[in-house]
Amino acid sequence: MTASALGLRGLTKHFGDVVAVDGIDLEVQPGEFVTLLGPSGSGKTTTLRMIAGFTTQTSGTIEVGGLDMSHVPPYKRDVGMVFQNYALFPHMTAAQNIAFPLEMRHIGRDEARRQVAEALGLVRLEQHGGRYPRQLSGGQQQRIALARAIVFGPRLLLMDEPLGALDKKLREALQLEILHISRRIGATVIYVTHDQEEALVMSDRIAIFNRGRIEQIGSGEDLYERPASLFVADFIGESNVLRGTFQRDATGGRVVRDGVEWHLSEGVMDRAELAGGTEAALVIRPERMRILERGQPTPGGLNGVAATVNDVLYLGPIRKYGLTTAVGQKVVVREQAGSSGRDWASGDEVWLAWDREAGVLLADPPTSS
Amino acid sequence: MAESWRQPRRLLLLAIGALVVLFLVAPTLIVIPMGFSSSKILEFPPPGWSLEWYGKAFASKEWTSGMWNSIQVAVVTAVLATILGTLAALGLVRGRFPGRTLLNAVLLSPLIVPVIIIAIGMFSLYVRWKITGSLLGLVLAHTALAIPFVIVSVTTSLRTIDRNIELAAQNLGANPVRTFRRITLPLILPGVFAGSLFAFLTSWDEVVTAIFLTSTKFRTLPVVMWEQVREVVDPSTAAVATIVLAVTTGVLALAFVVRRQAPAS
Repeated sequence: MTASALGLRGLTKHFGDVVAVDGIDLEVQPGEFVTLLGPSGSGKTTTLRMIAGFTTQTSGTIEVGGLDMSHVPPYKRDVGMVFQNYALFPHMTAAQNIAFPLEMRHIGRDEARRQVAEALGLVRLEQHGGRYPRQLSGGQQQRIALARAIVFGPRLLLMDEPLGALDKKLREALQLEILHISRRIGATVIYVTHDQEEALVMSDRIAIFNRGRIEQIGSGEDLYERPASLFVADFIGESNVLRGTFQRDATGGRVVRDGVEWHLSEGVMDRAELAGGTEAALVIRPERMRILERGQPTPGGLNGVAATVNDVLYLGPIRKYGLTTAVGQKVVVREQAGSSGRDWASGDEVWLAWDREAGVLLADPPTSS
Repeated sequence: MAESWRQPRRLLLLAIGALVVLFLVAPTLIVIPMGFSSSKILEFPPPGWSLEWYGKAFASKEWTSGMWNSIQVAVVTAVLATILGTLAALGLVRGRFPGRTLLNAVLLSPLIVPVIIIAIGMFSLYVRWKITGSLLGLVLAHTALAIPFVIVSVTTSLRTIDRNIELAAQNLGANPVRTFRRITLPLILPGVFAGSLFAFLTSWDEVVTAIFLTSTKFRTLPVVMWEQVREVVDPSTAAVATIVLAVTTGVLALAFVVRRQAPAS
């Protein structure tokens, strides 16, 4: 049995009466890139701060590399951290910043100088070691902060929305750079963000946080194709939620809404594990739906419903349609430019169709907001 | 049309401003020529010029020992108030404990409570402790008066430091003591230094508690001046006042320079 790089067991944090983190369990393998993704206030940053040791958990344990770190002070945890606002030491040069963790570990001067140069090379800022943080751009500062956090070979690399203060172009470039660097040095990374695209680009696995709990954890594809809850379906990518009553009998399963029926494939039904007669939501991604001519015979194996086109958005390579179905649901459909037989216009009466294999059936709790 | 209407208004504003400044600084500046006077008494304007009174002041045991005592008290007060005030500021800004607001108010109270009340209180206590008329007694009194200036100055510096910078230092392996020495202290140093200069000045020209807590054997410069003015009124007092003023102005200018060079993070 190999020790996991990080193990959180029943991790809980209360701030007075507020439960910020509510019993998190998480195992991260060495070399894995795991993103904690969720809306603000969902507990992801508090979880990260507990791993770093800046906040003490109310209960539960934190293991790093098989060692219990639950009550170890932050300066003995050997965990690197990159902050959103860089947190570089303003009175030290870039090179002195990077040398700081080495100095704290009593590394010899020559060896430290060599490691600082190596780290500067890794973030491609060899020429900037003598500059002060205020003389560097935001992107450069964040790369120095990254170099400082990895130069001492930490057991874990924690990143708290490190690209949140940068503009979109730079953010995308740095996403890849962080990914390449962390792969090259084999770092185990715990990355916090509220940007789902960033999470999809960077992560081996994503943990979706909601109200202090992990709602679902899995690869980007898992979460996108097989969301376990309406919250996840809604948070990762766009989704169409078709609510209705789930019925199952000898002929199969279906979702019924105001007399309109949608048949479900065995696969879709089996994953849901729902009892017949319950309120359910059929979640279908916008690119899985097709817009067909009204009145034409529906090809076999497809579900469908009459709909009206409301909006047409031209987005370069793709076209986005906003529609309302005959049973009053708002739906978004995304089509590749040039893939469809024709372009639809606002006001068109159409037939909306999708494969019976497509989509996920989820319980639709009446209490959900 | 609007311009010509505006012009006299600006001149009027300028004139009023100049009058206010004159009103504020004239009583201070008038002392300087009186110290260089050839007259035997304090008078303005001086009938002629002479350096006689500077010579007399430096020859007088009373003046020189007063000056030496003042310097000693002010320096020791500055050191003591700087250490205590900096630690207090750290606790008040970073600490999370019940009664923090109350403690803050108590520590800053010497700024608000009338000095004469503080002086009377200290006198009654120090008599019992037998430390009146001593360096120690006056240093303690002045330290209490000076600490608020250090707290205010250091607190301002501390508030400009991003808390994450200290967390980053700990994350990188620095324990709290090393974090303070290597990160926090260098960043608040301009505030600490400015605070120590204000502490020095607080003691340097303090006269109220000094009157209560000094004796004929141990007197500071402001006390000697106070007594001289009441008894003999010769221009050597003005000469000494000019020296006091020069020191004060110099220290203030230094504090101003230090404050301006504080690194903005």
